[in-house]
Amino acid sequence: MIREFGSVDVIYLIASARWTVLLALTAMVGGGLLGVIVAVLRVAPFKPFNWLAIGYINLIQGTPLLGQLFVFFFGLPLIGLSVDAWTAAALSLSIYASAFFGEIWRGSLQSVSQRQWEAGAALGLTYSQRLGHVVLPQAIRISIAPTVGFLVQLVKNTSLTALIGFVELTRASQIISGATFAPLPVYLTAAAIYFVICFSLSQLARMLERRLHVAR
Amino acid sequence: MSYNFKFDVLLRYLPEIAHGVLLTLQFSIVTMVFGLAIGLVVAIAAISPLTPIRLAARAYVEAIRNTPLLVQLFIVFFGLPSIGIRLDANTAALIALSINMGAYGAEILRAGFEAVRPSQIEAGRSLGLTAGQTFRHVVLFQAVKSIYPALASQFVLIMLTTSVVSSIGATELFHQAAFIDSRTYRSFETYTLITVSYLVLTLGFRAFFAAIYWAVFVRRPRR
Amino acid sequence: MSLVELSDISKRFGAVEVLKGISLTLEKGEIVAVIGRSGSGKSTMLRCINGLEKVQSGRIVVDGIDVTAPGADLNLLRQRAGMVFQSYNLFPHLSVERNVMLALRLVRKLDTAAAREVAREVVAKVGLADKLLAYPDELSGGQQQRVAIARSLAMQPTLMLFDEITSALDPELVGEVLRVLEGVAREGMTMMLVTHEMNFAKNVADRVIFMHEGRIHEDGPARETLIEPRTAELRSFLSAVLH
Repeated sequence: MIREFGSVDVIYLIASARWTVLLALTAMVGGGLLGVIVAVLRVAPFKPFNWLAIGYINLIQGTPLLGQLFVFFFGLPLIGLSVDAWTAAALSLSIYASAFFGEIWRGSLQSVSQRQWEAGAALGLTYSQRLGHVVLPQAIRISIAPTVGFLVQLVKNTSLTALIGFVELTRASQIISGATFAPLPVYLTAAAIYFVICFSLSQLARMLERRLHVAR
Repeated sequence: MSYNFKFDVLLRYLPEIAHGVLLTLQFSIVTMVFGLAIGLVVAIAAISPLTPIRLAARAYVEAIRNTPLLVQLFIVFFGLPSIGIRLDANTAALIALSINMGAYGAEILRAGFEAVRPSQIEAGRSLGLTAGQTFRHVVLFQAVKSIYPALASQFVLIMLTTSVVSSIGATELFHQAAFIDSRTYRSFETYTLITVSYLVLTLGFRAFFAAIYWAVFVRRPRR
Repeated sequence: MSLVELSDISKRFGAVEVLKGISLTLEKGEIVAVIGRSGSGKSTMLRCINGLEKVQSGRIVVDGIDVTAPGADLNLLRQRAGMVFQSYNLFPHLSVERNVMLALRLVRKLDTAAAREVAREVVAKVGLADKLLAYPDELSGGQQQRVAIARSLAMQPTLMLFDEITSALDPELVGEVLRVLEGVAREGMTMMLVTHEMNFAKNVADRVIFMHEGRIHEDGPARETLIEPRTAELRSFLSAVLH
C-alpha cells in the first residue's frame, strides 16, 4: 500500500534521529574512555606499549568502518554475546572512535610546546603540577576542535549501522522510502536532519575555540 | 556454528578477492581524479569576486561535509530515478563518491594555494616573470609539496570509503564479501578477511606514496 | 629626461591615505636613501614604482614607461626596475644558481649555458661563488640577501629598488650586505633604498628623502640633510633613531 510522504513521516524521521545521536554519544563516551588508554599507551615510555597502541590505531584506521561493523555483527555471537544491531553498532563504533581519539589527544598533548614544560620547571613546579596546571589545560583546549570535528564524523558514520539493521535515521528513511515510493524527498529530508545536527556541532566547536582562547 | 574458524575455505576465492581489489582501485583512482577536478572548480569559485558564486561554493562544501556519504549515495541511486535519471550502481557510486570527494578536495587545494607565500609571487613578478611563468616555476612545486601529504591520506580514505558503495550493489572488494559469504556461509571469517585485506592495501599505498615523496621532494646530498 | 618621475602620487589602503601628493624625480646614476618612521609610506612608494601597488591618482614614469597608464607593460617595467625585499624571497626549492638563472632563462630568454655563466659571474660578484649549488635554507640571512641582490643584478636593470633589505638581518650580518650595496653603487647603478642605516645613507647615498605621514618633508644632499635637518620632524626622527 503506497501512501503519500507527509508530515507524519517527517516526524518519524526526526524521532529516529534520536537513535543517531544516542549512538554517536555512546560511541563518544565509550571511545573516549578507551581513547584515553590508547593515548597513554601511545606516549608511555615503554616501547611495547607504544607498538601495541600503534598497531591498534593502524588496524582501526586502515580498515573500513563498514567492515568493522560487519566483523562485530557476525563475530559477537561467536563469543556468546547478544546479536542485536545496537550492541554490535555501539561496540564497533566505540572501538573505532577510540583509535581516532587516541591519536587526536596524543597529538594535542605533544603539540603543547616544550617551552611550556620548561617554563613550569623554571618556576619550580613538580612534574604532575606541570602536567596538571600548565600542559593539560592547554592540551585540552587544543583538542577541542579536532574532537568535536570527529564527533561530527561519528554522527555521519552512524548511518552505516543501517546496513547491519540498526534503525537510526538512515534505516528509517529506507523504510519510509519503501512505504511511500518517494525516495527523493525522504532522503533529502534525512540529509537535512543530519545537516542540522552536524552543522550545529561544528559551529559549537568554533564557538568553544573562541571562548577558550585556544593558543595557535 | 563456527567456533572452529575455517579461513582455509576462503582461499578458494582468492581470484574473486583479487578482482575485488582491482575494482576498488579503479573506483579510488577515478574518484580521486574527478574529485580533484571538482575540488579545483570549487576552490577557484570560493575566491571569486562574485558573491553568489562564492556562496554557492561554500553551500556545496557545507552540504557535503555535514551529511553522510551513504545518504548522498541513496539520493543519487534511489532518488534521481524519480526525476528521470536512472543510473546503474557503478555509475551512481562514482558520481556520489566524486561529488563527495570534491568538497574535501576543495579544502585541500585551498590550503595549497594559501601555503605559498605572496612574497614568493611578488619576487617572481618583480623579476619580470609573467603570472603564468611565476605559477609554473615558483608556485606549483611549493604548492604540490605542501598538499602532498593531505592528498596521499585522502586517497587512502577514499579507498576505504568505497566499501560503502557495496550497499547499492556496486562491484568492488567489499561487495565480493557478500558473494563469498553466500557461497561459504562463513560470515565472520569472510568479513574479517576482506576487512584485513584493506589494511594490506592501506599500508601498501602509504609506503608507495612515501617513496614517491622521497624521490621527488626530498633533497639528497649532492655529489 | 629623468629616469624616474613621480608626479603628485596619492594612494589609499581602504580608508587610510598612505601617500598624499608625492612628487620626486630620480636621475640616472643617483643613489637615494628614503628614510622615515614605519607607516610614513616609504615602502608603499617604492612598491608603487615597480607596479606592485596601484595608485589612485598621479603619474609614475620609469625609464620611459608610464606605470600608471591603463595598459602598462608591467613585465617590461620589472625587467628595467629590479627589486630586493626585506625578506629576501629566494625560491626555496631552487639552488642559488637556479634562483638566479630562472628569470634569465624565462624573461631574458638566455639559453641554459649562457644563463649559468651570467649566474656564476654575478654570484661571485657578491662574494658567494662557493655557495652556487647551495639551497636557501643552507644559507645565513646575510648570504640569502646577497643572493637576492645578485638575482636582481643579473637581469641588468637600469634601476634597483631596495625595500629595507637589512632590517630583518642579525646585526653582524648587515655589514656584508652593505658592502655589496657599495659595490653596486660604485658601478654606477641608479639606486633607491628604503633604509634605517643612517651611516650608509650619509656616506654612500647622494641624496636623502625624508618621508613623514605620507608626504616628503625633506629632500636634499645626503650629508647636509642628515647633519643639519631643517624640519622639526626630521630632527626628532634622527634623535630617535640615533640614540
